[in-house]
Amino acid sequence: MEYNQRELLICIASRQMEDRTSAFIGTGIPMLAASLAQKIHAPNLICVFEFGGTGARLEELPLGVGGSRSFYKALAASSICDVMEAAQRGLIMYGFVGGAQIDPYGNLNSTIIGDHDKPKVRFPGSGGANDIGSLVWRTIAIMPHDSRHFVEKVDFITTPGYLAGPGAREEAGLPPGTGPYRVVTDLALLGFDESTKRMTLLALNPGVTVEKVKENTGFELIIPSDVGQNEPPTDQELQILRKEIDPTNLYI
Amino acid sequence: MEVLESGKGELFLPPRMNEDRQWMREKKSWALEPKIMSEHEAVKKFIHEGDYIGTELYGFVRCPMSLAREIVRQKIGHLQVAGQGIMEVDVLIAAGLVDKIDLTYLGYEVYGLSNVLRRAAQSGKLKINEWSNAALAWRLKAAALGVPFLPVRVMLGTDTFTYSAAKVVKCPFTGEKVMLLPATMLDAGIIHVHRADQYGNCQIDGISGFAFELARASRRLIISAEEIISTEEIRKYPERTIIPWYLVDAVVEAPFGSHPGEMPYYYWRDEEHLSWYVTASKEEETTQEYLQKWIWDVPSHEEYLELVGKETLDIMKSKVKGR
Repeated sequence: MEYNQRELLICIASRQMEDRTSAFIGTGIPMLAASLAQKIHAPNLICVFEFGGTGARLEELPLGVGGSRSFYKALAASSICDVMEAAQRGLIMYGFVGGAQIDPYGNLNSTIIGDHDKPKVRFPGSGGANDIGSLVWRTIAIMPHDSRHFVEKVDFITTPGYLAGPGAREEAGLPPGTGPYRVVTDLALLGFDESTKRMTLLALNPGVTVEKVKENTGFELIIPSDVGQNEPPTDQELQILRKEIDPTNLYI
Repeated sequence: MEVLESGKGELFLPPRMNEDRQWMREKKSWALEPKIMSEHEAVKKFIHEGDYIGTELYGFVRCPMSLAREIVRQKIGHLQVAGQGIMEVDVLIAAGLVDKIDLTYLGYEVYGLSNVLRRAAQSGKLKINEWSNAALAWRLKAAALGVPFLPVRVMLGTDTFTYSAAKVVKCPFTGEKVMLLPATMLDAGIIHVHRADQYGNCQIDGISGFAFELARASRRLIISAEEIISTEEIRKYPERTIIPWYLVDAVVEAPFGSHPGEMPYYYWRDEEHLSWYVTASKEEETTQEYLQKWIWDVPSHEEYLELVGKETLDIMKSKVKGR
């Protein structure tokens, strides 16, 4: 079946999550990815929304992280402190993040371009992103892949990746064992090198070459000898996505 | 405890534990006294120029919009705000009433970025400190606890910390670095709830966001409620009283008080109206036209609802999901 870039991103993101775990979900693609994972391979993946909704069925897609659909027929409707404290206690496995810029260590900027006090461009700010990037075990970033978004140095570290490299998160006081796990883009799936903590190419999206990924990345990417291939969305994934998850084309 | 690093941001409102204790002793009453009044009276009485105010909830959900519009109507300026909101804070900034903001996020989620914040920030007129969502909620929690700070593990190592007013210290128990968040002891808080009695005992359906903490962090607290219910009803379900009467200074009956936002189980958001606002907010001139039409030209919340129209409100009611 034919598919668009957004559907591809959603399918690849959904495949990154394991069953019987929890994921902090943001507005948009992460909601669809988590919902798809639930319907295909992770029926016990629990969605946590930062304002207190936990375990909603997502029969209709929420329009925001505090919207009523984020706790419609949920298992718990509590509060922001409750869910953030669960994350700080070590209970939440995955969390989705994004931004206007990402660097080789997975640090993200969603605050400003230019000078903080009189910025060239003002973005919304951290929201829950810094909390997710600080506290969940594995963050998954979803990014458009071009050299404007993939930069050597971000203008502002809103959300921590591996900061300046190996050991920097622990040195800053962030909980050990946490950090960037995957970056899902329209070109490829990326991960992070164990020893250097720098971004590594894991797998190419259908029809994309290593050269194209390199050209669109504003820093030196680690290219291992055994780069994989992401499978295109399956008919089953696309049907569930279009018919059950987003039948009104809110996001896809 | 050794301070290792300090954020560069100005601490807009230093924690004032003892002054607040004194305030609670002198100004708060445990007497069951009726506190029902109009938006106009509540805002006039309890929100003052230069106040540091907090609003709840988030997005377009259970937003105290009728109270925010009243602040704009009365043009109470030089405010400092804890900016976890969206539209209610956006209209305050659009009306030029905010000088300083402790910000975590100001955007329109599915509808895009906030043009109002963008203009205010890029002009350099608005003083902004950065925080995360959890940090702003925990700062209120610290205030609710009556302590000056709370140690947490977010914002460490980032510019979000550098441009905040937090501090990094070495924990005296574990030797690890922790982030100290200063308590936000608010001058005034505004919260919209599903139901309240005339004394201010409040019930909320669904997620409670940070209502619990904000209510307890505020010196003065204005509640608006979709419905006023009897105290007998409150007494039937005392475990549902998330905000008790002795914290509350004013109770305003505000059906559709969250409009154009939604109210879980009561009514859905008015997406058409929201897109009018988002479109209007793209230019300064049309933003002011929106404020004129929907706030300054309508003297009260009742008249605002008339302008929106019963038909529209009925549609919002019919669109909401039940349990």
